[in-house]
Amino acid sequence: MSDLAWIEAAITSARPQAVGALLRYFRDLDTAEEAFQEACLRALRTWPDRGPPRDAASWLIMVGRNSALDGKRKTSRLTELPPEETISDVDDVETPMAERLDGAHYRDDILRLMFICCHPDLPATQQIALALRIVSGLSVKQIARVFLVGEAAMEQRITRAKARIAKADVAFETPGPVERSQRLAAVAYMVYLVFTEGYTAGFETAEARAPLCDEAIRLSRLLLRLFQTEPEIMGLASLLLLQNARAAARFDAQGAAVLLEDQDRGLWDDEAIGEGLALLDKAMRHNRPGPYQVQAAIAATHARAETFEETDWAGIEQLYATLEVMTPSPVVTLNRAVAVGKARGPADALAMIEPLAEPLDGYFYWHGARGAFLLQLGRDAEARVAFDRAIALANTAAEAAHIRSQIDRLSAEAGPRPSPLGASGTDHGHP
Amino acid sequence: MLYAVLCYNSEETVFSWTKEQDAKVMADLAQVQQRWTHKLGPTARLMPTSAATTLRKGDTPLVIDGPFAETKEQLLGFYLINGEDLEDVLTFCRELGAVNPGGAYEIRPLHFFNNGVLPAEAVAAPDRVSERA
Repeated sequence: MSDLAWIEAAITSARPQAVGALLRYFRDLDTAEEAFQEACLRALRTWPDRGPPRDAASWLIMVGRNSALDGKRKTSRLTELPPEETISDVDDVETPMAERLDGAHYRDDILRLMFICCHPDLPATQQIALALRIVSGLSVKQIARVFLVGEAAMEQRITRAKARIAKADVAFETPGPVERSQRLAAVAYMVYLVFTEGYTAGFETAEARAPLCDEAIRLSRLLLRLFQTEPEIMGLASLLLLQNARAAARFDAQGAAVLLEDQDRGLWDDEAIGEGLALLDKAMRHNRPGPYQVQAAIAATHARAETFEETDWAGIEQLYATLEVMTPSPVVTLNRAVAVGKARGPADALAMIEPLAEPLDGYFYWHGARGAFLLQLGRDAEARVAFDRAIALANTAAEAAHIRSQIDRLSAEAGPRPSPLGASGTDHGHP
Repeated sequence: MLYAVLCYNSEETVFSWTKEQDAKVMADLAQVQQRWTHKLGPTARLMPTSAATTLRKGDTPLVIDGPFAETKEQLLGFYLINGEDLEDVLTFCRELGAVNPGGAYEIRPLHFFNNGVLPAEAVAAPDRVSERA
Protein backbone atom coordinates (compact mmCIF):
# COMPACT_ATOMS: atom_id res chain seq x y z
CA MET A 1 0.00 0.00 0.00
CA SER A 2 1.34 3.44 -0.92
CA ASP A 3 2.12 6.10 1.66
CA LEU A 4 -0.65 8.26 0.33
CA ALA A 5 -3.23 5.49 0.67
CA TRP A 6 -2.01 4.87 4.20
CA ILE A 7 -2.34 8.57 5.07
CA GLU A 8 -5.83 8.68 3.59
CA ALA A 9 -6.87 5.66 5.65
CA ALA A 10 -5.34 7.21 8.79
CA ILE A 11 -7.21 10.47 8.19
CA THR A 12 -10.48 8.66 7.50
CA SER A 13 -10.24 6.65 10.69
CA ALA A 14 -9.23 9.71 12.76
CA ARG A 15 -11.98 11.89 11.37
CA PRO A 16 -14.89 11.22 13.79
CA GLN A 17 -12.66 11.73 16.81
CA ALA A 18 -10.91 14.81 15.41
CA VAL A 19 -14.00 16.61 14.09
CA GLY A 20 -15.86 15.66 17.28
CA ALA A 21 -13.16 17.24 19.46
CA LEU A 22 -12.95 20.34 17.25
CA LEU A 23 -16.72 20.69 17.43
CA ARG A 24 -16.58 20.63 21.23
CA TYR A 25 -13.83 23.19 21.13
CA PHE A 26 -15.38 25.65 18.63
CA ARG A 27 -19.06 24.77 19.21
CA ASP A 28 -19.68 25.40 15.55
CA LEU A 29 -19.80 22.69 12.92
CA ASP A 30 -18.55 24.77 9.99
CA THR A 31 -15.56 26.06 11.95
CA ALA A 32 -14.80 22.51 13.14
CA GLU A 33 -14.97 21.11 9.62
CA GLU A 34 -12.82 23.90 8.16
CA ALA A 35 -10.25 23.43 10.91
CA PHE A 36 -10.17 19.70 10.17
CA GLN A 37 -9.80 20.33 6.43
CA GLU A 38 -6.90 22.64 7.06
CA ALA A 39 -5.26 20.07 9.34
CA CYS A 40 -5.67 17.40 6.63
CA LEU A 41 -4.00 19.63 4.05
CA ARG A 42 -1.08 20.16 6.38
CA ALA A 43 -0.94 16.42 7.12
CA LEU A 44 -0.67 15.68 3.41
CA ARG A 45 2.17 18.20 3.22
CA THR A 46 4.17 17.08 6.24
CA TRP A 47 3.43 13.39 6.87
CA PRO A 48 5.01 11.97 3.70
CA ASP A 49 8.40 13.49 4.65
CA ARG A 50 8.31 13.29 8.41
CA GLY A 51 6.35 10.08 8.69
CA PRO A 52 2.90 9.82 10.24
CA PRO A 53 2.55 10.87 13.88
CA ARG A 54 2.01 8.19 16.48
CA ASP A 55 -1.51 9.43 17.17
CA ALA A 56 -3.04 10.81 13.99
CA ALA A 57 -6.24 12.05 15.65
CA SER A 58 -4.38 14.08 18.30
CA TRP A 59 -2.15 15.62 15.65
CA LEU A 60 -5.12 16.62 13.50
CA ILE A 61 -6.99 18.07 16.49
CA MET A 62 -3.98 20.06 17.63
CA VAL A 63 -3.07 21.39 14.20
CA GLY A 64 -6.71 22.03 13.27
CA ARG A 65 -7.31 23.95 16.46
CA ASN A 66 -4.21 26.05 16.04
CA SER A 67 -4.87 26.81 12.39
CA ALA A 68 -8.41 27.98 13.17
CA LEU A 69 -7.17 30.11 16.04
CA ASP A 70 -4.38 31.33 13.80
CA GLY A 71 -6.96 32.40 11.22
CA LYS A 72 -8.89 34.29 13.85
CA ARG A 73 -5.75 35.98 15.08
CA LYS A 74 -4.78 37.01 11.57
CA THR A 75 -8.14 38.63 11.00
CA SER A 76 -7.81 40.44 14.30
CA ARG A 77 -4.16 41.34 13.52
CA LEU A 78 -2.72 39.49 16.45
CA THR A 79 0.43 37.43 16.56
CA GLU A 80 0.48 34.14 14.66
CA LEU A 81 0.80 30.84 16.45
CA PRO A 82 3.87 28.73 15.66
CA PRO A 83 3.59 26.51 12.56
CA GLU A 84 2.78 22.84 13.01
CA GLU A 85 6.35 21.70 12.25
CA THR A 86 7.41 22.99 15.65
CA ILE A 87 4.52 21.43 17.54
CA SER A 88 4.77 17.95 16.13
CA ASP A 89 7.39 16.88 18.65
CA VAL A 90 5.96 13.66 19.99
CA ASP A 91 6.85 13.96 23.65
CA ASP A 92 5.92 17.57 24.19
CA VAL A 93 2.67 17.76 22.40
CA GLU A 94 1.10 14.47 21.51
CA THR A 95 1.46 12.73 24.84
CA PRO A 96 -0.47 15.17 27.03
CA MET A 97 -2.95 15.71 24.20
CA ALA A 98 -3.50 11.99 23.82
CA GLU A 99 -3.90 11.61 27.56
CA ARG A 100 -6.54 14.28 27.65
CA LEU A 101 -8.31 12.62 24.76
CA ASP A 102 -8.26 9.25 26.43
CA GLY A 103 -10.72 10.49 29.02
CA ALA A 104 -14.48 10.51 28.75
CA HIS A 105 -14.39 13.36 26.19
CA TYR A 106 -13.18 11.11 23.44
CA ARG A 107 -16.27 8.92 23.59
CA ASP A 108 -18.76 11.74 24.03
CA ASP A 109 -17.18 13.80 21.24
CA ILE A 110 -17.77 11.07 18.68
CA LEU A 111 -21.22 10.32 20.05
CA ARG A 112 -22.18 14.01 19.88
CA LEU A 113 -20.90 14.35 16.34
CA MET A 114 -23.02 11.38 15.27
CA PHE A 115 -25.97 12.50 17.35
CA ILE A 116 -26.32 15.94 15.72
CA CYS A 117 -26.97 14.13 12.43
CA CYS A 118 -30.01 12.40 13.99
CA HIS A 119 -32.09 15.55 14.32
CA PRO A 120 -35.73 14.41 14.45
CA ASP A 121 -36.82 17.19 12.05
CA LEU A 122 -34.61 15.76 9.33
CA PRO A 123 -36.02 13.00 7.11
CA ALA A 124 -34.06 9.74 7.22
CA THR A 125 -32.29 10.27 3.89
CA GLN A 126 -31.02 13.66 5.01
CA GLN A 127 -29.79 12.23 8.30
CA ILE A 128 -27.91 9.63 6.32
CA ALA A 129 -26.46 12.16 3.86
CA LEU A 130 -25.38 14.39 6.73
CA ALA A 131 -23.74 11.53 8.62
CA LEU A 132 -21.86 10.44 5.51
CA ARG A 133 -20.62 13.99 5.01
CA ILE A 134 -19.82 14.94 8.61
CA VAL A 135 -18.93 11.69 10.34
CA SER A 136 -17.58 9.58 7.50
CA GLY A 137 -16.13 12.46 5.49
CA LEU A 138 -17.44 11.31 2.10
CA SER A 139 -17.35 14.07 -0.52
CA VAL A 140 -20.62 15.61 -1.73
CA LYS A 141 -19.87 14.04 -5.09
CA GLN A 142 -19.59 10.57 -3.54
CA ILE A 143 -22.82 11.05 -1.59
CA ALA A 144 -24.63 12.36 -4.67
CA ARG A 145 -23.56 9.22 -6.52
CA VAL A 146 -24.90 7.03 -3.72
CA PHE A 147 -28.30 8.73 -3.83
CA LEU A 148 -28.29 9.00 -7.64
CA VAL A 149 -28.85 12.75 -7.66
CA GLY A 150 -26.83 15.61 -9.09
CA GLU A 151 -23.95 17.06 -7.13
CA ALA A 152 -25.52 20.52 -6.93
CA ALA A 153 -28.80 19.10 -5.60
CA MET A 154 -26.96 17.10 -2.94
CA GLU A 155 -24.83 20.10 -1.98
CA GLN A 156 -28.02 22.09 -1.46
CA ARG A 157 -29.63 19.32 0.57
CA ILE A 158 -26.65 19.00 2.87
CA THR A 159 -26.34 22.76 3.29
CA ARG A 160 -30.01 22.96 4.27
CA ALA A 161 -29.72 20.07 6.69
CA LYS A 162 -26.66 21.70 8.25
CA ALA A 163 -28.51 24.98 8.66
CA ARG A 164 -31.27 23.03 10.38
CA ILE A 165 -28.97 21.43 12.93
CA ALA A 166 -27.01 24.65 13.46
CA LYS A 167 -30.18 26.19 14.87
CA ALA A 168 -30.87 23.19 17.08
CA ASP A 169 -29.61 23.20 20.62
CA VAL A 170 -26.85 20.66 21.02
CA ALA A 171 -25.69 20.17 24.56
CA PHE A 172 -21.92 20.47 24.76
CA GLU A 173 -21.67 19.54 28.44
CA THR A 174 -20.74 15.96 29.15
CA PRO A 175 -24.05 14.06 28.98
CA GLY A 176 -25.43 12.19 31.99
CA PRO A 177 -25.92 8.42 31.77
CA VAL A 178 -29.57 8.67 30.72
CA GLU A 179 -28.91 11.21 28.00
CA ARG A 180 -25.88 9.26 26.84
CA SER A 181 -27.91 6.11 26.41
CA GLN A 182 -30.64 8.03 24.56
CA ARG A 183 -28.04 9.49 22.23
CA LEU A 184 -26.53 6.07 21.71
CA ALA A 185 -29.92 4.60 20.77
CA ALA A 186 -30.57 7.40 18.25
CA VAL A 187 -27.12 7.03 16.75
CA ALA A 188 -27.41 3.24 16.56
CA TYR A 189 -30.67 3.62 14.64
CA MET A 190 -29.03 6.12 12.28
CA VAL A 191 -26.25 3.61 11.57
CA TYR A 192 -28.94 0.99 10.92
CA LEU A 193 -30.60 3.40 8.45
CA VAL A 194 -27.31 3.98 6.64
CA PHE A 195 -27.05 0.22 6.24
CA THR A 196 -30.63 -0.42 5.06
CA GLU A 197 -30.34 2.45 2.58
CA GLY A 198 -27.47 0.52 1.03
CA TYR A 199 -28.88 -2.97 1.50
CA THR A 200 -32.42 -2.49 0.18
CA ALA A 201 -31.18 -1.00 -3.07
CA GLY A 202 -32.18 -2.87 -6.23
CA PHE A 203 -29.55 -4.29 -8.56
CA GLU A 204 -29.33 -1.12 -10.66
CA THR A 205 -28.27 0.86 -7.62
CA ALA A 206 -26.70 -1.88 -5.50
CA GLU A 207 -23.17 -1.22 -6.66
CA ALA A 208 -23.42 2.53 -6.11
CA ARG A 209 -24.87 1.96 -2.66
CA ALA A 210 -22.64 -0.85 -1.45
CA PRO A 211 -20.30 1.69 0.23
CA LEU A 212 -23.19 2.56 2.54
CA CYS A 213 -23.18 -0.98 3.92
CA ASP A 214 -19.41 -0.94 4.46
CA GLU A 215 -19.59 2.47 6.06
CA ALA A 216 -22.40 1.40 8.40
CA ILE A 217 -20.36 -1.62 9.48
CA ARG A 218 -17.35 0.61 10.12
CA LEU A 219 -19.50 2.97 12.22
CA SER A 220 -21.02 0.09 14.17
CA ARG A 221 -17.53 -1.22 14.99
CA LEU A 222 -16.56 2.30 16.05
CA LEU A 223 -19.60 2.53 18.35
CA LEU A 224 -18.75 -0.85 19.81
CA ARG A 225 -15.20 0.23 20.58
CA LEU A 226 -16.64 3.24 22.42
CA PHE A 227 -19.35 1.26 24.22
CA GLN A 228 -17.75 -2.13 24.69
CA THR A 229 -20.28 -3.54 27.11
CA GLU A 230 -23.53 -2.62 25.30
CA PRO A 231 -25.19 -5.83 24.09
CA GLU A 232 -27.45 -3.95 21.65
CA ILE A 233 -24.44 -2.38 19.96
CA MET A 234 -22.89 -5.85 19.68
CA GLY A 235 -26.25 -6.94 18.23
CA LEU A 236 -26.26 -4.08 15.73
CA ALA A 237 -22.74 -4.80 14.49
CA SER A 238 -23.55 -8.51 14.35
CA LEU A 239 -26.76 -7.88 12.38
CA LEU A 240 -25.06 -5.69 9.81
CA LEU A 241 -22.17 -8.12 9.33
CA LEU A 242 -24.46 -11.14 8.97
CA GLN A 243 -26.77 -9.40 6.50
CA ASN A 244 -23.98 -7.98 4.42
CA ALA A 245 -22.30 -11.39 4.30
CA ARG A 246 -24.94 -12.39 1.73
CA ALA A 247 -24.26 -9.44 -0.57
CA ALA A 248 -22.43 -11.37 -3.28
CA ALA A 249 -25.25 -13.92 -3.58
CA ARG A 250 -28.22 -11.56 -3.72
CA PHE A 251 -28.29 -10.80 -7.44
CA ASP A 252 -27.69 -13.06 -10.43
CA ALA A 253 -25.62 -12.11 -13.49
CA GLN A 254 -28.70 -10.56 -15.12
CA GLY A 255 -29.39 -8.43 -12.05
CA ALA A 256 -32.46 -10.33 -10.86
CA ALA A 257 -32.84 -10.61 -7.09
CA VAL A 258 -31.99 -14.14 -5.95
CA LEU A 259 -34.27 -15.46 -3.24
CA LEU A 260 -32.72 -16.58 0.01
CA GLU A 261 -33.73 -20.16 -0.80
CA ASP A 262 -31.98 -20.05 -4.17
CA GLN A 263 -28.81 -18.25 -3.09
CA ASP A 264 -25.45 -19.96 -3.56
CA ARG A 265 -24.36 -20.12 0.06
CA GLY A 266 -20.79 -20.65 -1.10
CA LEU A 267 -20.81 -16.98 -2.08
CA TRP A 268 -21.63 -15.89 1.45
CA ASP A 269 -18.73 -14.14 3.19
CA ASP A 270 -17.48 -16.56 5.85
CA GLU A 271 -15.29 -13.96 7.56
CA ALA A 272 -18.20 -11.59 8.04
CA ILE A 273 -20.40 -14.46 9.25
CA GLY A 274 -17.72 -15.55 11.73
CA GLU A 275 -17.43 -12.06 13.18
CA GLY A 276 -21.21 -11.61 13.28
CA LEU A 277 -21.67 -14.91 15.13
CA ALA A 278 -18.86 -14.08 17.59
CA LEU A 279 -20.44 -10.72 18.40
CA LEU A 280 -23.89 -12.25 18.86
CA ASP A 281 -22.39 -14.87 21.16
CA LYS A 282 -20.85 -12.07 23.25
CA ALA A 283 -24.10 -10.09 23.31
CA MET A 284 -26.30 -12.98 24.39
CA ARG A 285 -24.21 -13.65 27.47
CA HIS A 286 -25.51 -10.36 28.88
CA ASN A 287 -29.07 -11.65 29.01
CA ARG A 288 -30.38 -8.22 28.01
CA PRO A 289 -32.06 -8.93 24.69
CA GLY A 290 -33.13 -6.11 22.37
CA PRO A 291 -34.39 -5.72 18.79
CA TYR A 292 -30.93 -5.63 17.16
CA GLN A 293 -29.84 -8.79 18.97
CA VAL A 294 -33.04 -10.59 18.01
CA GLN A 295 -32.71 -9.55 14.36
CA ALA A 296 -29.07 -10.60 14.45
CA ALA A 297 -30.14 -13.96 15.89
CA ILE A 298 -32.57 -14.40 12.98
CA ALA A 299 -29.81 -13.58 10.48
CA ALA A 300 -27.51 -15.95 12.38
CA THR A 301 -30.04 -18.78 12.09
CA HIS A 302 -29.99 -18.35 8.32
CA ALA A 303 -26.20 -18.09 8.30
CA ARG A 304 -25.82 -21.32 10.30
CA ALA A 305 -28.03 -23.35 7.95
CA GLU A 306 -25.85 -25.17 5.42
CA THR A 307 -28.78 -25.35 3.03
CA PHE A 308 -32.12 -23.57 2.88
CA GLU A 309 -33.88 -26.85 3.74
CA GLU A 310 -31.90 -27.11 7.00
CA THR A 311 -33.10 -23.71 8.23
CA ASP A 312 -34.45 -23.84 11.77
CA TRP A 313 -37.85 -22.27 10.98
CA ALA A 314 -39.31 -23.00 14.41
CA GLY A 315 -36.40 -21.08 15.93
CA ILE A 316 -36.90 -18.21 13.50
CA GLU A 317 -40.61 -18.12 14.28
CA GLN A 318 -39.83 -17.82 18.00
CA LEU A 319 -37.36 -15.02 17.35
CA TYR A 320 -39.92 -13.10 15.27
CA ALA A 321 -42.47 -13.66 18.04
CA THR A 322 -39.97 -12.07 20.46
CA LEU A 323 -39.37 -9.21 18.05
CA GLU A 324 -43.14 -8.76 17.72
CA VAL A 325 -43.34 -8.14 21.48
CA MET A 326 -40.38 -5.74 21.47
CA THR A 327 -41.27 -3.77 18.36
CA PRO A 328 -44.85 -4.59 17.32
CA SER A 329 -45.46 -3.96 13.63
CA PRO A 330 -47.50 -5.63 10.88
CA VAL A 331 -44.31 -6.19 8.88
CA VAL A 332 -42.73 -8.15 11.74
CA THR A 333 -45.93 -10.23 12.01
CA LEU A 334 -45.76 -10.87 8.27
CA ASN A 335 -42.18 -12.08 8.60
CA ARG A 336 -43.20 -14.29 11.49
CA ALA A 337 -46.02 -15.72 9.37
CA VAL A 338 -43.55 -16.72 6.67
CA ALA A 339 -41.59 -18.68 9.28
CA VAL A 340 -44.85 -20.19 10.55
CA GLY A 341 -45.65 -21.23 6.99
CA LYS A 342 -42.36 -23.15 6.84
CA ALA A 343 -42.59 -24.61 10.32
CA ARG A 344 -46.31 -25.42 10.61
CA GLY A 345 -47.83 -25.05 7.16
CA PRO A 346 -49.70 -22.48 5.06
CA ALA A 347 -53.07 -22.61 6.89
CA ASP A 348 -51.65 -21.24 10.14
CA ALA A 349 -49.57 -18.70 8.24
CA LEU A 350 -52.53 -17.45 6.23
CA ALA A 351 -54.64 -17.10 9.36
CA MET A 352 -51.87 -15.00 10.87
CA ILE A 353 -51.62 -12.53 8.00
CA GLU A 354 -55.31 -12.14 7.05
CA PRO A 355 -55.91 -9.59 9.87
CA LEU A 356 -53.12 -7.45 8.41
CA ALA A 357 -55.12 -6.68 5.24
CA GLU A 358 -55.79 -3.11 6.27
CA PRO A 359 -52.33 -1.91 7.33
CA LEU A 360 -50.48 -3.83 4.62
CA ASP A 361 -52.88 -3.47 1.68
CA GLY A 362 -50.35 -1.31 -0.18
CA TYR A 363 -47.42 -3.62 0.63
CA PHE A 364 -45.95 -5.81 -2.08
CA TYR A 365 -44.69 -8.50 0.28
CA TRP A 366 -48.03 -8.99 2.00
CA HIS A 367 -49.81 -9.77 -1.28
CA GLY A 368 -46.90 -11.89 -2.45
CA ALA A 369 -46.83 -13.96 0.73
CA ARG A 370 -50.60 -14.27 0.81
CA GLY A 371 -50.66 -15.45 -2.80
CA ALA A 372 -48.01 -18.07 -2.04
CA PHE A 373 -49.91 -19.39 1.01
CA LEU A 374 -53.17 -19.56 -1.01
CA LEU A 375 -51.36 -21.35 -3.81
CA GLN A 376 -50.04 -23.92 -1.36
CA LEU A 377 -53.53 -24.46 -0.04
CA GLY A 378 -54.80 -25.08 -3.56
CA ARG A 379 -56.92 -21.91 -3.64
CA ASP A 380 -55.64 -21.01 -7.10
CA ALA A 381 -58.19 -18.37 -8.10
CA GLU A 382 -57.61 -16.35 -4.92
CA ALA A 383 -53.87 -16.82 -5.29
CA ARG A 384 -54.01 -15.35 -8.79
CA VAL A 385 -55.84 -12.24 -7.52
CA ALA A 386 -53.24 -11.76 -4.76
CA PHE A 387 -50.34 -12.20 -7.19
CA ASP A 388 -51.83 -9.68 -9.64
CA ARG A 389 -52.09 -7.19 -6.83
CA ALA A 390 -48.50 -7.90 -5.79
CA ILE A 391 -47.24 -7.28 -9.33
CA ALA A 392 -49.06 -3.95 -9.41
CA LEU A 393 -47.26 -3.00 -6.18
CA ALA A 394 -43.82 -4.36 -7.08
CA ASN A 395 -41.02 -1.89 -6.44
CA THR A 396 -38.58 -3.44 -8.87
CA ALA A 397 -38.73 -5.44 -12.07
CA ALA A 398 -37.11 -8.34 -10.20
CA GLU A 399 -39.93 -8.45 -7.66
CA ALA A 400 -42.54 -8.48 -10.43
CA ALA A 401 -40.63 -11.19 -12.30
CA HIS A 402 -40.53 -13.33 -9.18
CA ILE A 403 -44.31 -13.14 -8.74
CA ARG A 404 -44.84 -13.86 -12.43
CA SER A 405 -42.82 -17.04 -12.09
CA GLN A 406 -45.24 -18.17 -9.41
CA ILE A 407 -48.20 -17.35 -11.63
CA ASP A 408 -46.54 -19.43 -14.34
CA ARG A 409 -46.39 -22.35 -11.94
CA LEU A 410 -50.06 -21.70 -11.23
CA SER A 411 -50.88 -21.82 -14.93
CA ALA A 412 -48.98 -25.06 -15.34
CA GLU A 413 -51.49 -26.55 -12.84
CA ALA A 414 -49.41 -29.65 -12.36
CA GLY A 415 -46.45 -30.92 -10.41
CA PRO A 416 -45.53 -30.24 -6.81
CA ARG A 417 -46.60 -27.05 -5.12
CA PRO A 418 -43.87 -24.50 -4.53
CA SER A 419 -43.22 -23.47 -1.00
CA PRO A 420 -44.53 -20.10 0.13
CA LEU A 421 -42.24 -17.19 -0.39
CA GLY A 422 -42.71 -14.07 1.57
CA ALA A 423 -40.89 -11.25 3.16
CA SER A 424 -38.01 -13.17 4.69
CA GLY A 425 -37.82 -15.52 1.75
CA THR A 426 -36.99 -12.65 -0.59
CA ASP A 427 -34.06 -11.39 1.45
CA HIS A 428 -35.00 -7.73 1.40
CA GLY A 429 -34.21 -5.35 4.25
CA HIS A 430 -35.36 -7.62 7.05
CA PRO A 431 -33.28 -10.56 8.21
CA MET B 1 14.44 -22.12 17.53
CA LEU B 2 10.81 -21.08 17.38
CA TYR B 3 9.84 -17.44 17.38
CA ALA B 4 6.47 -15.81 17.59
CA VAL B 5 5.98 -12.71 15.49
CA LEU B 6 3.24 -10.51 16.91
CA CYS B 7 1.62 -8.04 14.55
CA TYR B 8 0.66 -4.56 15.76
CA ASN B 9 -1.01 -1.74 13.84
CA SER B 10 -3.75 0.85 14.23
CA GLU B 11 -6.94 -1.16 14.06
CA GLU B 12 -9.06 1.86 13.16
CA THR B 13 -6.84 2.53 10.17
CA VAL B 14 -6.68 -1.07 9.01
CA PHE B 15 -10.45 -1.46 9.24
CA SER B 16 -10.86 1.78 7.26
CA TRP B 17 -9.17 0.19 4.26
CA THR B 18 -11.44 -0.53 1.35
CA LYS B 19 -12.06 -4.16 0.47
CA GLU B 20 -9.68 -3.76 -2.47
CA GLN B 21 -6.90 -2.25 -0.34
CA ASP B 22 -7.36 -4.97 2.27
CA ALA B 23 -7.30 -7.71 -0.36
CA LYS B 24 -4.15 -6.22 -1.90
CA VAL B 25 -2.29 -6.17 1.42
CA MET B 26 -3.39 -9.72 2.23
CA ALA B 27 -2.29 -10.90 -1.22
CA ASP B 28 1.10 -9.20 -0.82
CA LEU B 29 1.53 -10.76 2.61
CA ALA B 30 0.58 -14.16 1.23
CA GLN B 31 3.41 -13.85 -1.30
CA VAL B 32 5.94 -13.22 1.47
CA GLN B 33 4.49 -16.09 3.50
CA GLN B 34 4.74 -18.28 0.42
CA ARG B 35 8.52 -17.73 0.33
CA TRP B 36 8.73 -18.84 3.97
CA THR B 37 6.26 -21.72 3.91
CA HIS B 38 8.90 -24.31 4.82
CA LYS B 39 9.59 -22.49 8.11
CA LEU B 40 6.17 -21.14 9.01
CA GLY B 41 3.89 -22.48 11.69
CA PRO B 42 0.29 -21.37 12.29
CA THR B 43 -0.56 -17.99 10.82
CA ALA B 44 -3.62 -16.15 11.98
CA ARG B 45 -5.46 -12.89 11.48
CA LEU B 46 -7.55 -11.81 14.44
CA MET B 47 -10.97 -10.25 14.31
CA PRO B 48 -11.14 -6.61 15.50
CA THR B 49 -10.88 -5.93 19.24
CA SER B 50 -14.63 -5.20 19.24
CA ALA B 51 -15.03 -8.99 19.07
CA ALA B 52 -12.67 -9.52 22.03
CA THR B 53 -13.52 -10.69 25.54
CA THR B 54 -11.13 -10.63 28.48
CA LEU B 55 -11.03 -12.91 31.51
CA ARG B 56 -9.37 -11.11 34.40
CA LYS B 57 -7.97 -13.83 36.68
CA GLY B 58 -8.69 -13.86 40.41
CA ASP B 59 -10.59 -15.75 43.10
CA THR B 60 -13.72 -15.06 41.08
CA PRO B 61 -12.46 -14.49 37.54
CA LEU B 62 -14.12 -11.49 35.91
CA VAL B 63 -15.38 -11.58 32.33
CA ILE B 64 -14.93 -8.18 30.65
CA ASP B 65 -16.14 -7.16 27.20
CA GLY B 66 -13.39 -5.81 25.02
CA PRO B 67 -9.66 -6.33 24.65
CA PHE B 68 -6.97 -6.51 27.30
CA ALA B 69 -6.07 -2.86 27.79
CA GLU B 70 -3.61 -2.74 30.71
CA THR B 71 0.01 -1.81 30.04
CA LYS B 72 1.62 -3.15 33.21
CA GLU B 73 1.37 -6.75 32.07
CA GLN B 74 3.09 -8.17 29.03
CA LEU B 75 2.16 -10.78 26.46
CA LEU B 76 3.79 -14.04 27.61
CA GLY B 77 2.18 -16.66 25.45
CA PHE B 78 -0.84 -17.74 23.52
CA TYR B 79 -3.11 -20.68 22.71
CA LEU B 80 -5.15 -21.55 19.68
CA ILE B 81 -8.24 -23.51 20.62
CA ASN B 82 -11.09 -24.88 18.56
CA GLY B 83 -13.86 -23.92 20.97
CA GLU B 84 -17.60 -24.60 20.73
CA ASP B 85 -18.41 -21.01 21.60
CA LEU B 86 -17.21 -18.19 23.84
CA GLU B 87 -18.40 -19.95 26.99
CA ASP B 88 -16.43 -23.05 26.10
CA VAL B 89 -13.24 -21.00 25.70
CA LEU B 90 -13.95 -19.10 28.92
CA THR B 91 -14.24 -22.42 30.74
CA PHE B 92 -10.82 -23.41 29.39
CA CYS B 93 -9.38 -20.05 30.51
CA ARG B 94 -10.92 -20.34 33.98
CA GLU B 95 -9.26 -23.73 34.38
CA LEU B 96 -5.92 -22.30 33.27
CA GLY B 97 -6.36 -19.34 35.60
CA ALA B 98 -7.13 -21.59 38.57
CA VAL B 99 -3.64 -23.11 38.39
CA ASN B 100 -1.83 -19.99 37.18
CA PRO B 101 -3.08 -16.92 39.03
CA GLY B 102 -2.46 -13.29 38.08
CA GLY B 103 -2.94 -11.43 34.82
CA ALA B 104 -5.65 -12.01 32.27
CA TYR B 105 -6.57 -13.91 29.13
CA GLU B 106 -7.80 -12.02 26.10
CA ILE B 107 -10.00 -14.11 23.84
CA ARG B 108 -10.04 -13.09 20.19
CA PRO B 109 -11.83 -15.02 17.45
CA LEU B 110 -9.84 -15.58 14.24
CA HIS B 111 -10.61 -14.19 10.81
CA PHE B 112 -8.01 -16.22 8.96
CA PHE B 113 -6.00 -19.29 9.88
CA ASN B 114 -3.30 -21.34 8.20
CA ASN B 115 -2.01 -24.35 10.03
CA GLY B 116 1.60 -24.21 8.78
CA VAL B 117 4.17 -26.99 8.79
CA LEU B 118 6.09 -26.89 12.07
CA PRO B 119 7.12 -30.05 13.93
CA ALA B 120 6.95 -29.77 17.73
CA GLU B 121 10.74 -30.50 17.98
CA ALA B 122 11.45 -27.15 16.34
CA VAL B 123 11.32 -25.46 19.72
CA ALA B 124 14.74 -25.18 21.42
CA ALA B 125 13.92 -26.64 24.81
CA PRO B 126 10.62 -28.50 24.70
CA ASP B 127 10.53 -29.37 28.44
CA ARG B 128 10.52 -25.79 29.47
CA VAL B 129 7.72 -24.63 27.23
CA SER B 130 4.79 -24.28 29.53
CA GLU B 131 1.97 -21.93 30.19
CA ARG B 132 3.20 -19.02 32.24
CA ALA B 133 1.02 -16.22 30.96
